Amino acid sequence: MELLLDSLFNGVAIGSVLLVAALGLAIVFGLMGVINLAHGELMMLGAYTTYVTQLIFKLPILKPFYNSYIIVSIFLAFIVSGVVGILLEKTIIRKLYGSPLETLLATWGVSLILQQFVRSVPLAYGTGLVISLLIGLFLPTTFSSKIKESTNFKYFKFSSWIFAALTGVLTGSIISSSVSKLSRASARNVDVTAPSWMRGQVEIIGTAFPKTRLMIIVITLISVIAITLFLNQSAWGMRIRAVTQNRQMSDCLGISTEKVDIITFGIGSGLAGVAGVAVSLLGSVGPNVGGNYIVGCFMVVVLGGVGNLLGTVLASFGIGIMTDLIGAGRLLSIWPDMPLSLSNTINFFATTSMARVMIFALIVIFLQFKPTGLFPQKGRMVEN
Amino acid sequence: MRISRRILAGLATASLAVTATSCGGGGTSGSFDDTVTVGILHSLSGTMAISESTLVDTEKMAIEEINASGGVTVGGKSYKIEYIVEDGASDWPTFAEKSKKLIDQDGVPVVFGGWTSASRKAMLPVYESKDAFLYYPIQYEAQECSNNIFYTGATPNQQSEPATDFMYKRSPAAGGDFFLVGSDYVFPRTSNTITKAQVKQLGGKVVGEDYLPLGNTEVAPIISKIKKALPEGGIIINTLNGDQNVAFFKQIQDAGITPSSGYYVMNYSIAEEEISTIGPEFLEGHYGAWNYMMSIDTPASKKFAASFKKRWGADRVVADPQESAYNMVYLWKQAVEDAGTFDDNAVREALVGQKFDAPQGPVEVMPNHHLSQTVRIGEINAEGGFTILEETGVVLPQAWNQKHPSSKGFACDWTDPSKGEKYKL
Repeated sequence: MELLLDSLFNGVAIGSVLLVAALGLAIVFGLMGVINLAHGELMMLGAYTTYVTQLIFKLPILKPFYNSYIIVSIFLAFIVSGVVGILLEKTIIRKLYGSPLETLLATWGVSLILQQFVRSVPLAYGTGLVISLLIGLFLPTTFSSKIKESTNFKYFKFSSWIFAALTGVLTGSIISSSVSKLSRASARNVDVTAPSWMRGQVEIIGTAFPKTRLMIIVITLISVIAITLFLNQSAWGMRIRAVTQNRQMSDCLGISTEKVDIITFGIGSGLAGVAGVAVSLLGSVGPNVGGNYIVGCFMVVVLGGVGNLLGTVLASFGIGIMTDLIGAGRLLSIWPDMPLSLSNTINFFATTSMARVMIFALIVIFLQFKPTGLFPQKGRMVEN
Repeated sequence: MRISRRILAGLATASLAVTATSCGGGGTSGSFDDTVTVGILHSLSGTMAISESTLVDTEKMAIEEINASGGVTVGGKSYKIEYIVEDGASDWPTFAEKSKKLIDQDGVPVVFGGWTSASRKAMLPVYESKDAFLYYPIQYEAQECSNNIFYTGATPNQQSEPATDFMYKRSPAAGGDFFLVGSDYVFPRTSNTITKAQVKQLGGKVVGEDYLPLGNTEVAPIISKIKKALPEGGIIINTLNGDQNVAFFKQIQDAGITPSSGYYVMNYSIAEEEISTIGPEFLEGHYGAWNYMMSIDTPASKKFAASFKKRWGADRVVADPQESAYNMVYLWKQAVEDAGTFDDNAVREALVGQKFDAPQGPVEVMPNHHLSQTVRIGEINAEGGFTILEETGVVLPQAWNQKHPSSKGFACDWTDPSKGEKYKL
């Protein structure tokens, strides 16, 4: 019983890391069909946001609230990655809809740029830049419709960008002068330390579970529930689903597909940021952190069936449980007196490297029989 | 208009003054009869840049020190050392390519370079075919002995063997079972083969072994294996690489695998530099084994740390790989001075037997092109350094490990033409 519980928990823990990382991609790749190779780097931005938030919360004014920094950073990471994602959509991806190969190359280029950006720009000014983008992109949308319709709107837009740039530079230099660790560029990996209430273990039914893992499971659960509710219950969610099912028809019926694209991509990117917070709790934060997850993300989305959130959820938990079953050699402890040849085979695959090989092999075999994944999208549009 | 011109003039005078002082600063280091250019070849970009750039800093510092004290004197002439820094870009074929460039195009007499075993294996054929010389400063898995490479880092019997011995006999977990964790590449696998043979000799038991593919940070399956194999605590030997250590230590601490519950981790790849990245709060109470530790309380060690901080910033630390890099520049200088030439073969002969008072204590070049070194076992403390617990005497290097089944009974000696790379003892 304890073994089963332990195994199940481990599987869910590994699976939820995969799921939270793949969730944003499931939306961007699954719903929009955009192959976004910069997804991992959007995660990296989320992880760096956690690091910056942690340092800012160490300042004397915010010190009393230090323990809650991780909650704050989840929202900030969503915003930061979301804003960068929106910028990416507006400048590059929008021009490449319908040409997947070019999108792939362009987003790969963006991923390299983002990696080099965190290496060679001090994080304080990076934060300033994100704040500028945030203000520059969103301030014009808050203007009243009277201003928006006037011919002078472009001047309003221009001056709000100037205001944004100034605010960005100002916050950048304030952060840089108050937190010395953020004032210099460094390619060195940095470290996020979980607040004390999140470290150590809790005991549930006689088994001890690490708190950070539980936290990641909670973050994942909340993200999945929130995104499902958003897609199925809200008006924008309905528009997004409509556009994914039939773009031309939705356009004819008056849905602004341009806006839908921005919102979808922004949410997908924001979720990557949330995933970044989760992975920063597990390992170190560095320019390459996203690259370690991107293959796993695509694997999960393809296995689950493109365009289906439920498939993504099941695929990531499936992979998680399989990783634990094979990698930790669980079958041996469940069935100790199995034939020698079988136990030797299982032992051979019971290392982390070989478990990965085994899982990839199983996925390849599975996709031979069901090339569209666990839950393929059905409908007339799919056939084309 | 007039005012601005005056300001401009003032600025010009100021900048002239600055240039003049800096020229004056350069002039005091003495005059030289000639210059000699050496090659420095490490990764300055890519994943290894973080580690390897510290070696470049150390080598530059050693060269500056030598120049400040009169340079290299060869055949009665004093030479100022100049250097060409090339970027290996964390890409092994690039290391070979840049080596060719340094040897053929720049004609350097020596190259200081490399970190990963993969980069060394890529460079080795270049140096052997051109009969050039590479100085390699990293502790590694040995099982190699080239006539054209000079190794100043530790071999396994100068690091992992004394460490395993300490863990089994004298650590708080003495007599306990072993679990081996490493990254999936040549160094951890070779090192663990040696450890397994040694534990068997000592009468202990290795109850598990696992390797994390490079770049992977999911440690959960390894943790459940450790808990199953060592339910009451025990000894963990860790040869993980780089930032995988961060994931490992964060996650094992959360899973309750800590010194206070009886699990002690001995690390072969965590020096002061890595402790500050991982965070001492995750590592306190675990162990490390090195030849040099920053906390060595000798004048030579303190001077080394102080001059590095003075040159590169007060927040910088020195660690074992840097000390090896520092030693190799000085050993090369001594060898060329003794040989009276920069010519490879004469320097190679003069090099064997060179002694140097290194920051770690006296070191000597052995006929197998490795160094005799002191081994230290340290406990990681809350300040991010090592509390040195044990210090061996001088340990001779074994290029061919005597516990590894494939090299048992073999040795290397380049001073005797009948012996060479690998001969039976």
